[in-house]
Amino acid sequence: MSLFKAENLAINFGGVKAVDGVNFEIEKGECFTIIGPNGAGKTTIFNLISRIYDSTDGTMTFDGQDITKVPPHAIASLGIARTFQNIELFEHATVLQNLLVGRHCHSRTGLFSELAFLPSVRRAEVAHREKVEEVIDFLDLQHYRESLISNLPYGVRKVVELGRALCTEPKLILLDEPSSGLNVEETQDMSFWIDDIKKDLGITVLMVEHDMKLVSEVSDHVLVLNYGRMLAHGSPQDVQNDPEVVKAYLGE
Amino acid sequence: MRFLFKTDYDQDIRIAKHSGYYWSYGLLLLVVIAAPFFLESYYIGQMTQLYIIAIAGVGLMLLAGYTGLVSLGHAAFFGIGAYTEAVMTGNGIPLPFMDEPMVFSFLVSMPMAAIFAALAGVVIGIPVLRLTGIYLAIATFAFAIVIEEVLSRWESVTNGYTGLLVESLYVGDLELSDGPPFYFLCLGLLILVILMSINLLRSPTGRAMMAIRDSEISAQSMGVNLARVKTTAFALSAGVTGLAGALFAHKLGFLSPESFTVFQSLELLVLVVVGGIGSLHGAIFGAMFVLALPQGLAILKDYLPTSIAETPGMEPFIFGLILVLVIIFEPYGIYGRWLKIKHYFQMFPVYKRATFKRQKAYMKSERLK
Repeated sequence: MSLFKAENLAINFGGVKAVDGVNFEIEKGECFTIIGPNGAGKTTIFNLISRIYDSTDGTMTFDGQDITKVPPHAIASLGIARTFQNIELFEHATVLQNLLVGRHCHSRTGLFSELAFLPSVRRAEVAHREKVEEVIDFLDLQHYRESLISNLPYGVRKVVELGRALCTEPKLILLDEPSSGLNVEETQDMSFWIDDIKKDLGITVLMVEHDMKLVSEVSDHVLVLNYGRMLAHGSPQDVQNDPEVVKAYLGE
Repeated sequence: MRFLFKTDYDQDIRIAKHSGYYWSYGLLLLVVIAAPFFLESYYIGQMTQLYIIAIAGVGLMLLAGYTGLVSLGHAAFFGIGAYTEAVMTGNGIPLPFMDEPMVFSFLVSMPMAAIFAALAGVVIGIPVLRLTGIYLAIATFAFAIVIEEVLSRWESVTNGYTGLLVESLYVGDLELSDGPPFYFLCLGLLILVILMSINLLRSPTGRAMMAIRDSEISAQSMGVNLARVKTTAFALSAGVTGLAGALFAHKLGFLSPESFTVFQSLELLVLVVVGGIGSLHGAIFGAMFVLALPQGLAILKDYLPTSIAETPGMEPFIFGLILVLVIIFEPYGIYGRWLKIKHYFQMFPVYKRATFKRQKAYMKSERLK
């Protein structure tokens, strides 16, 4: 059974059909990529999955559960984490604090025990910290642990955001243009990490990406969108050779 | 320069990060404990007032500085706390199964003052959850005006503009609401409130508050329930401010709605911004500033020409002017300046101005609202 399934997914903004009857299935353990020209509705699909937008039509199923009407803050604890296209980190906090916020969906401590900082809260904090350190180790962020986000270069922020998503221990991770704004070397690192996330951590990846080199390196399936509609679906090679796709990108 | 060698996760969780904390805060604690034995009663009174304002400041700091929700109506919570305290320890509350209105001990009434204010915070917090920035400020401003009206019109309880006398507190023969005993009560509560705030800020809820301040959308995607955390922040902030109000009632000895006007709300906001938004130190520095400014102005008046010194609205004008200047030149307030001075001596003689130079963020607008 597939891990995630979108059926007939649609959303309108006024008269604009941003996403129009999209169907796709993501198998457990694969890397699924959505590509398409600007304004094709790729990020909108992400916002639908993380429940920031309410879909006008269609259903989404994750891990056997209908998530079409789940409140947005409950998505993380179901096991879906995401990154954002224009990095949405907590700028006035350190890398460590950012990553610890990623653990929020696993925190069970009550307000009053937190105010008194009972031993149970301290134990929970240390446990969260251990998980965070695993992610820091995985992404080589040791050097930046105590840095404020506002002092970090763009490339590192991108990695921190990936790390924050990993800290939620997701089953499905949504990466919105992981390589945008990165140089060639950083993009290569990102490609390795995505591969490791898939193979070593066993997390299913859904990403939106423009860099076709990265896409063909890491993806198992590619979905092409144009004007909110599905244009093509298949392996990276099939999609790149599809005449409809070439037409959408390059014109006739 | 001090370099910390970390070997334990607990080192990052602990309040005292290194031995220097024990020395500096221990010394500070000694000074404030010893102070009433050396100071004249006027200065004891001033210090007491400083602690009360600082408690209210910490309350607003949790909301404005850490959750990024600016409230222009905190005088309302201050007032609710003060009147709750005055009524419960004074005339008492008529209960259905008692012949006489029941008068409570301050051990009950002070927590009740905080709880009532916190409930008011929830009541205002829930409808304004969808508002941010200037709209939130306007909504809380309106709320403060409503509360001010309630305090002046609900005469059977508050006595309206005639005013309400606040009873003194006694423990045995000791008067607790004046002089050194009151000083220690306020100091103790201030320390308690600060410790609880530090605890909150190093636990998940506090981090969620800061996450909401910096980016609501990603906080939500990380599993932060925006509505719940914002309401919690409102309730805590209002509760702490209400507690300060309860103490303030005893400090004043006489309550009238005029003590809880919009100007008081503004004063609290100035406290938070001038002290240094987003830090607990800032709340204390801000309280010192807010308390010292009127005194400073009074002294200044002697040296100014009469035509200027006697102009009405002089004090609000200077308040506003300082607020604007601080926002332009030192956005992190007195605490920001303090950090710079500390850094200068730590790095001496190689201090670089560029360390604290504000970088232009091209990606996003400044989020520390």
